Amino acid sequence: MFPHARRTRLLAVAAIASTVALTAACSGGGESAETNEDGTPSGDLLVLTWRTDLLEDGTFDEYAERFNEEYPDVTVEFEGLTDYEGEVRTRMNTEDYGDVLGVVGTVTPDQFPDFFEPLGDVEELEQEYRFLRDKAFEGKAYGIPVVGNTQGIVYNTTVWEEAGVTEPPTTPAEFVDALKAIKANDPEVVPLYTNYKDGWPLTQWEGHRGEITANPNYVNEMAQSDAPWTEGTDHYVIDSLLWDVVNQGLTEKDPTTTNWEESKSLLANGKIGSMVLGSWAIQQMQQAAEDAGTGADTIGYLPFPHQVDGKFYAQVGGDYNLAINKNSDNKVAARAWIDWFNTESGYAEANGGLSPLKEGPTPETLKDFEALGVEYLELTPAPAGKESLFADIDSESEVGTNTPDYRQRIVDAARGASGETKDEIFEDLNSKWAAGRAAVGG
Amino acid sequence: MAGVSDVVRAEAAGTRNEAGLLPATARKPRGGWGWRGTPYVFLAVPLVLLVVFTYLPVVNMFWYSLTSWDGLDKTKEFVGLDNYVAVFTRPELFRVFYVSLYYFAASFVQMALALYFATVLSFSTRFRNLFKGILFFPYLINGVAIALIFVFFFKPDGTLDSILALFGAENLQQQWLGNPDINNISLASTSVWRYMGLNFVLFLGAIQSIPGQLYEAAELDGASRFQQFRYIIAPSIKPIIGLSFILAISGSLAVFEIPFIMTGGANGTATFVIQTVDMAFESLKVGLGSAMAVILLVIVLVVTWVQRKVVPEEKVNLT
Repeated sequence: MFPHARRTRLLAVAAIASTVALTAACSGGGESAETNEDGTPSGDLLVLTWRTDLLEDGTFDEYAERFNEEYPDVTVEFEGLTDYEGEVRTRMNTEDYGDVLGVVGTVTPDQFPDFFEPLGDVEELEQEYRFLRDKAFEGKAYGIPVVGNTQGIVYNTTVWEEAGVTEPPTTPAEFVDALKAIKANDPEVVPLYTNYKDGWPLTQWEGHRGEITANPNYVNEMAQSDAPWTEGTDHYVIDSLLWDVVNQGLTEKDPTTTNWEESKSLLANGKIGSMVLGSWAIQQMQQAAEDAGTGADTIGYLPFPHQVDGKFYAQVGGDYNLAINKNSDNKVAARAWIDWFNTESGYAEANGGLSPLKEGPTPETLKDFEALGVEYLELTPAPAGKESLFADIDSESEVGTNTPDYRQRIVDAARGASGETKDEIFEDLNSKWAAGRAAVGG
Repeated sequence: MAGVSDVVRAEAAGTRNEAGLLPATARKPRGGWGWRGTPYVFLAVPLVLLVVFTYLPVVNMFWYSLTSWDGLDKTKEFVGLDNYVAVFTRPELFRVFYVSLYYFAASFVQMALALYFATVLSFSTRFRNLFKGILFFPYLINGVAIALIFVFFFKPDGTLDSILALFGAENLQQQWLGNPDINNISLASTSVWRYMGLNFVLFLGAIQSIPGQLYEAAELDGASRFQQFRYIIAPSIKPIIGLSFILAISGSLAVFEIPFIMTGGANGTATFVIQTVDMAFESLKVGLGSAMAVILLVIVLVVTWVQRKVVPEEKVNLT
């Protein structure tokens, strides 16, 4: 769910190593940070960002300029990190991780109070914002999302139409048939591209948990289950679909040599039929289509091929949540930045995502979902006292639902490279999960 | 008077020297030079760097390996030797050492090639400096660029497949990285391509330190090029070959960069280090990951020690 930062996952370790060296070098983000006597924000503000692309093209400088029109006494500086997740997590062992930063996905809720400043009561903030619960702990919100995402499948409309598929598939079987039709129509086209090599795009499949049973409580129930890969569960359905498409040769020839940047133009040019990605990707794909001269309309967005009572469901949730470093000495300005960024900056609209504001407009990019009447589903946060339970089981069991390894293994087995069967994998996942639960004591 | 005192002084100096009471090093320093502490001042800089960036982290790693730390938590819970017990009770964690065998085998190919090129280029060959540069160059390219180049080289319809097609060998085309039976060979070859230059330079340096008269004498005696290699070059660079061999073993146990950047350790290409990194940063078990790192360190030390015992270092004497 933190797509932008994952591109250079390759560099994770090199980056971590250099960060250790860097943190020593760049100390002190904003020492002279005091508020004026009348309480208006002033001083230096260091904002960490995962959007290195927006830093390079100057978008962030524009944001800073507009912010300064309102708060002229604040000097905003940005620091972009390509391996945001890995580098910031390591940096959080020091006190020096900027004044404003995006909450790293692997920080568990019970750790929030150790690292971030509470932004207010969830109930109160919910008057204005949504998608807060994921980064809340004991009734306090620790981060506000910059944009909301939903989950689905980007596809090339021309390719699908030429193959004679005009209705969105409503079951996994129909989806497989549609991909087969695409392949039959033009064997040169890859019906579904997994982006296996880069790894993180495979984790996007995880975003569909909860949709299959239309159960907002799915994740919490999974933390109580010893066999989440049993026929009928969300994970069973999602992973079976991945298994089937790979097993039937509907994905790229050699998954170990895929290339994320290239996949965008391949999709735009109709060499790829579809890819399972969050809604954040729509805009990037449309951009690629415009660059390729095929036009933004080529790119469509489908919900996961599964319906409950004749309705599609799509999970929604926050992208990165902005938070304030607990050790920041300019919390007033930091808070001003977060509020301004979420209400005034126009970041969410510019990125084609759902607004973090309760009353925000529906973005143009999701008009396909609107036409299909897709129901948005927001997962229920864990009950008090169990906020970190799921994350703890997930890492203790080494299943790693959000790591690439878990689905790379399924792809390898499905294409016959590892000799495992689907049932063997599901059984192994179940037993690991059960062992993890036992160890954590859930 | 002046003459007498000179004689006395000379006598005094002579006696002292005969008695050997004042060796040159013990003389009083003149000016700032020659102070006893000087070498330590110079040593301090590298030592501080070494301690701060190598020994302290290693000590820390030992400490982490005794905790259940996740890499972020404010508290590091002490769990004693639990992590070590966990590693040794999970045989699947050691299965990846089997991947190291590919790299170990490849290191022999690498040394043989390096030795061959070093020998050929130590004789006066045309364009030898150009060839030296070409052979060493891959070692200078950064790892990410190599990953990009070779993923493109190995991908379906990529460079390798095109070359095969050019020679009409389409039936040899396959998934060089996707096929789990050969992907480790593809990766090990990439590793050979990359590190051969380093071995080459080491060997070449050793070969060039052999005095030229030996070749001349050998030539006069009618020794062929191969005999020169067999009886002059090979024995005189034996220590370097021994060193390369040790490096090859410890290197193949600790392979990391090439498979990590090319396949991320997916599809059966994971090595012990990749697995350690995944454990620490994907599964967020820094404690367990540190224990694995400590174990690898111990294994490498033991292997090196055994190897030194089996193949003891010998002094080379060419005359």
